[in-house]
Amino acid sequence: MQDRPTARELLTAVREFLEADVVPALDGVTRFHARVAANVLAIVEREMASEEQSLLAEWERLAHLLRVDGEPPARLDSLRTAVRGLTESLVRRIREGETDREPFGRAVREHVRETVREKLRVTNPRYLGG
Amino acid sequence: MTDLAAGLAAYLGAQLGTDVRVTELRRLAGGASRETWLFTMTTPDGATERLVLRRDPPGHVIETSRRREFLLLRAAAAAGVAVPRVRWCEEDTAVLGAPFFVMDYVEGETLARRLLRDAEYASARAALPEQLATALARVHAIKLGVAPLDFLARPAADTGAAVELGRYESLFRALAPEPHPAFELALRWLAARMPATSRRTLVHGDYRVGNVIFGPEGLRAVIDWEMVHVGDPLEDLGWLCVRAWRFGADANPVGGLCDRAAFVSMYERAAGVRVDPTAVRWWEVFGNLKWGIICIMQMQTFLAGVKSVELASLGRRTAETELELLDLTEGA
Repeated sequence: MQDRPTARELLTAVREFLEADVVPALDGVTRFHARVAANVLAIVEREMASEEQSLLAEWERLAHLLRVDGEPPARLDSLRTAVRGLTESLVRRIREGETDREPFGRAVREHVRETVREKLRVTNPRYLGG
Repeated sequence: MTDLAAGLAAYLGAQLGTDVRVTELRRLAGGASRETWLFTMTTPDGATERLVLRRDPPGHVIETSRRREFLLLRAAAAAGVAVPRVRWCEEDTAVLGAPFFVMDYVEGETLARRLLRDAEYASARAALPEQLATALARVHAIKLGVAPLDFLARPAADTGAAVELGRYESLFRALAPEPHPAFELALRWLAARMPATSRRTLVHGDYRVGNVIFGPEGLRAVIDWEMVHVGDPLEDLGWLCVRAWRFGADANPVGGLCDRAAFVSMYERAAGVRVDPTAVRWWEVFGNLKWGIICIMQMQTFLAGVKSVELASLGRRTAETELELLDLTEGA
């Protein structure tokens, strides 16, 4: 177990340093890249806070949609692999035309929309608007 | 003096048959897939010119040809499209490490956020829709199949949409490291609604606010001609409506400037043709998908070893196009 600050707190410190001190001191293309770098750190901060919860929710939706029994993997890396595998199954079924039929198509679109919204809550919450 | 400035001075000196100095060389912001440099050239008589160097960076996934872009800029100028005047083109990588060309510097602003927000550009916002429609009609009127543009591959008359959709689906299948159900749904939607090709013309391929230089009075030059191909001209109209180019000004779908119907009318008047809005909508959906796939391509360039936080960050913009695709295709 590491001492404080936590990894997230360290990231926040670096992002705030970039925003408050580095970006205003630069100009041109490096200023733009420093701003992009600060934004990337903000993405990582949000992802660290929410990844496990959102992967669990995504697994639950996929398992329901694809009629998979059982429990989600307990370890985070196994959970990531499982969600990816289920999503690949979903993609196969879309490509085979199954989502052209209702109610499966509607259920899939609802799941995909929620998954995309979840990605955007991490990568660009402002894009989701009010 | 940097190696680049020294190499550039030697090259320009040889072209002009005199000694030249290259000063104030600096890289311009924007352009994740190629480099743009501004510099001042001074000849022995003391005359100075501000010029722009466009150079391919080594190792990118998107392969382009500087000579192609050079010839297209010249053809566009001849067709009455406002573009920077091109001067010299060099494909020998021994000269500056990568193919490049040199063109006149056009004074002005390129940042779309400033155009869409700053009070200084209120009149530019009012003038640009008509100017963009007129310039686009001229781009689409550029004569094809004759030198020097005979290098452009010509798709068969009725397959513009199929060719483009096939091209980007192949890129997506080859490059995406993750499954993307939203793109799969969009691909099915697009394949089920292929539009008939209206005409076959030169297509700019990256026509949007962000690829024009503007001043308070409006359009000064159309830039970034590296995505040009022959196809359906409505592709350019759809691309201009892609959500990413509105920079948050979503009330005005055409580049944050005006609504779709108004722009289509202006283009129809300028081009002297009728446009099917359903086909433009198809190209808008395709454009959002294409931008999403380009984000993946740019991210792959980063994964392949090109060190750029900007390229890295583009991978995480893919989700923005996925949401827009769901919004555009659901219930449509």
